[in-house]
Amino acid sequence: MQPVFHPVADHAVLVEFADQIDPAAHAAVLRLDQALAAQPFAGFAEAIPAFVTLLVDFDPAETDHARVIHHLRGLLEVPVSARPAPVLHEVPVCYEPDFAPDLPDVARACGLTPEAVIAAHLAGRYEVAMYGFAPGYAYLSGVPEAIRLDRKPSPKRGVAAGSVIIAGPQCLVTTLTMPTGWWIIGHSPLKILTGETDHPFRFKVGDHIAFRRIRAEALP
Amino acid sequence: MTRFQVLAAGPHVTLQDGGRRGMMRFGVPASGALDRKALALANLALGNPPGAAGIEVSVAGLTLTCLDGPVSVSLTGGGFIVEHAGRRLGGWRVLTLRAGEDLTIRRGPWGSWCYLAFAGGLKAPLWLGSAATHGPTGFGGGQIGAGQVLELANPRQMAERALTCPVWARPRSVLHAVAGPQDRYFATETLKTFFDSPFHVTDAWDRMGLRLRGPLVAPEGALSIPSQAILRGSVQVAGDGVATVLLSDHQTTGGYPKIATLLADDIDGLVQLRPRDALRFTAVTPEEAIALARQRAAAFAAFAARIVP
Repeated sequence: MQPVFHPVADHAVLVEFADQIDPAAHAAVLRLDQALAAQPFAGFAEAIPAFVTLLVDFDPAETDHARVIHHLRGLLEVPVSARPAPVLHEVPVCYEPDFAPDLPDVARACGLTPEAVIAAHLAGRYEVAMYGFAPGYAYLSGVPEAIRLDRKPSPKRGVAAGSVIIAGPQCLVTTLTMPTGWWIIGHSPLKILTGETDHPFRFKVGDHIAFRRIRAEALP
Repeated sequence: MTRFQVLAAGPHVTLQDGGRRGMMRFGVPASGALDRKALALANLALGNPPGAAGIEVSVAGLTLTCLDGPVSVSLTGGGFIVEHAGRRLGGWRVLTLRAGEDLTIRRGPWGSWCYLAFAGGLKAPLWLGSAATHGPTGFGGGQIGAGQVLELANPRQMAERALTCPVWARPRSVLHAVAGPQDRYFATETLKTFFDSPFHVTDAWDRMGLRLRGPLVAPEGALSIPSQAILRGSVQVAGDGVATVLLSDHQTTGGYPKIATLLADDIDGLVQLRPRDALRFTAVTPEEAIALARQRAAAFAAFAARIVP
């Protein structure tokens, strides 16, 4: 898959594999991200993977857009070694009514019972597509078709950290108390901002996630 | 050990350092000083590492009292007014404070942010290895508030002196930008308007971004794109056509098209403008942007070498 390279300001290149969300483009983003981590160039600062783009930031004292693009093209031509098997994380979720204020509305909008919504959410196969919005906000792709809804018409304020929220094909476990227009269907006690110095974020982009149902008594 | 107590601090006075780099892939922007060069010079003037922690003072001002001394501090950034031991001075200087003396920093003739650095390490809470305050969460060194006590690990004293404020450290109203990376979503006429027209700073600005008043530069068709990385200096345009420049505490990703991206060095000058000040964008090619960045980095390095005690 041949991307388009966009020079950005005096310190970055945006590598764009598609202009709409597309699984093949996302896989290409992850491959390039991994290849770059294995073979960085002199002056490499950081790379930010997203759904269909990889932004590569560099130090203009050491290199320039043309040399960075040349390096990235080289990485794209290298035969792809098989991606190492992604890490699978199990994320506990409590779906009980006190923790799932939007579950009845989601059920109504999808023409399902709340139990069927929970079953669908648990059956989904999720991948950490990207982080964004706020520290530790990992966008998980893979919400099953049956429970995909547009976001709510207006956001709700003060949604607690640990809320499990869905909108369209995305699911997220929030890390901060923040407003959100996504549907709140549960709560997870798992901390994505771990507070550990050598491992501050629970997931890496590309990791797989499975949800596991827990009862309210199991919450701390 | 030397301690300072905060007697008064306005809103938007925070602990900052050179920034928390390399974490954008986890949703964490660099944060750090809005005017990076000013904080670096304040530190260098005291012999500190350029990215050491200091205090970013907003136009709302700050008053500290020195509990133990003597210790030297430096001030750079905007042209603020400094009151110390019965003296009324301008910014851009090294001062020595003795026990019992107060230091007041307040809005002066120009600029929006003043940097206060301390000779000796300022003890600050770290988050992900940096004291930079991430505004939306308060993680890192944090907001400075009245009553708070600040501690220095290795206080040092040095000669008082005035520092030269170089021309390139003043507010900058002509800002260089490379078009894109989503310039293709804007009509040619719209891009021309963006680069030809005056804009003005509004009151709608904080450490996350600065909304501009000026001609509307709405994108055509694509009002949102698949969410992707945003940088300090991205100029994003919502469907209403209003341009916003993203700053140190920006969200790391977003779905609005970016019409242009400012050169990193120009952002230091942009943030020293004040609401209602005029500004304008000048288009440069990526090659010109790199050449400018290197030329300016060389000028900064030459000046920095002379400011070190």
